[in-house]
Amino acid sequence: MTGLLLEWLIKIAVVFAILLTAVAYLSYMERRVAGWIQIRVGPNRVGPLGLLQPLADGLKFIFKEDIVPLKANKLLYIVAPAAAIIPALMTFIVIPYGSEVVLFGKQIALHVTRINVALLYVLGLTSLSVYGIVLAGWSSNNKYSLMGGLRASAQLISYELALGMAIIGVLVLTGSLDLVNIVEAQRGYWFGFLPKWNIFLQPVAFVIFFLAALAETNRVPFDLPEAEAELVAGYFTEYSSMKFAMFFMSEYLNLITSCSLATTLFFGGWTGPGVNSYPWLSIVYFVIKVFLLIFLFMWIRFTFPRFRYDQLMRLGWKFLLPTAIANVVVTSTVLLLVN
Amino acid sequence: MDQSGIANYIPILIIFLLAIIFASAAIVLSRLAGRNRPTSVKLMPYECGVEPVGAARERQSVKFYLVAMIFLLFDIEAVFLIPWAVVFPGVLRDPSLRHLRFIFYGEMMLFMVVLFVGLFYVWRKGVLEWNR
Repeated sequence: MTGLLLEWLIKIAVVFAILLTAVAYLSYMERRVAGWIQIRVGPNRVGPLGLLQPLADGLKFIFKEDIVPLKANKLLYIVAPAAAIIPALMTFIVIPYGSEVVLFGKQIALHVTRINVALLYVLGLTSLSVYGIVLAGWSSNNKYSLMGGLRASAQLISYELALGMAIIGVLVLTGSLDLVNIVEAQRGYWFGFLPKWNIFLQPVAFVIFFLAALAETNRVPFDLPEAEAELVAGYFTEYSSMKFAMFFMSEYLNLITSCSLATTLFFGGWTGPGVNSYPWLSIVYFVIKVFLLIFLFMWIRFTFPRFRYDQLMRLGWKFLLPTAIANVVVTSTVLLLVN
Repeated sequence: MDQSGIANYIPILIIFLLAIIFASAAIVLSRLAGRNRPTSVKLMPYECGVEPVGAARERQSVKFYLVAMIFLLFDIEAVFLIPWAVVFPGVLRDPSLRHLRFIFYGEMMLFMVVLFVGLFYVWRKGVLEWNR
């Protein structure tokens, strides 16, 4: 038991540290990608190639003045950023980021924990993030914040439906909520060359999942909650210092989680050529796949304009949701006929 | 490792505590390290530099409330689908359950039809129209 506990503690510490570093460097990557796409340089002054920029940002956040507006609901105002970041930090631990490796003569599975309701756990925690947003919007005593909070909550719950329905398409194929099982089911090849990834069986589900994930992470073209041209910064308009940083971090954490989940569900997670003989490669494959998806998210951000709110709601309710339900019907019908 | 064991939930508890510690540490740290010189102007609600007009918590469109209600309905239906989706491939693979196969499939399709009818009703009632 002690050995197991130690293993868990080490894994959690490593995952936690890597997540926080990744979040810091995603903010750097986002600005560099923005610069690259918009033909300008982006941050390149702090350290070589600007690589120390996240560190400077972090220090600056800590030393900034922490303002609580006069008429704000003080308790909720302080709790809101914590309510946003705590579920965001917790989601990643059920996602398998590699196969099994041998380290110090011990067989170690590369996932922090394995529970049989992992997918429900991830879905549940991502929906909890709406609380932080609503609390922040309401407690700030600011029109922009309230408007942003309301928009964000309506958007999150609308697209969560499509997201859940898209995932059911994958579930019908695998028959397990355990993410480790879902990855294992995608090992191997069809006809000897095409990897058995779910995206080839469920392309519609992937497109719906991807669009819904864009909306769930409040990213362009679905960034209505923080449309800077109309709402200043949306629900975190009044926030400053570390509290602002926490909202920022929780957004990037949700981005990482969404991309990891998309990788796990549709792109075979850590699977890839040579994994059986070199288990360490599995982490590399996983990171590359997640990284490419994150890059796609960033690319979209600097390519597409923002939706109008009624367009957003129309897309979510009148297109994505019916399509997702139809996808489940078609998938299960085909499964029934094939068997 | 047994995947259904309750012990596997211990890491979730650990990371929950760690996340709480991290969040409170971040709040306290910036409170201590940052300077604190509030002025009355600084503490005013931000409204693009103009004096705030009226109260911030004004009445909002009832649409948001409606969307929340429809969401609850459809989400419960989605939750109902998940256990079915988990069991369905197993039922198909098991030859001894062959006679149950069509009942298992048909009942969920019936449920899906009800779901579609519900969506259609909401649609026709104009709940999903935002620019009215």
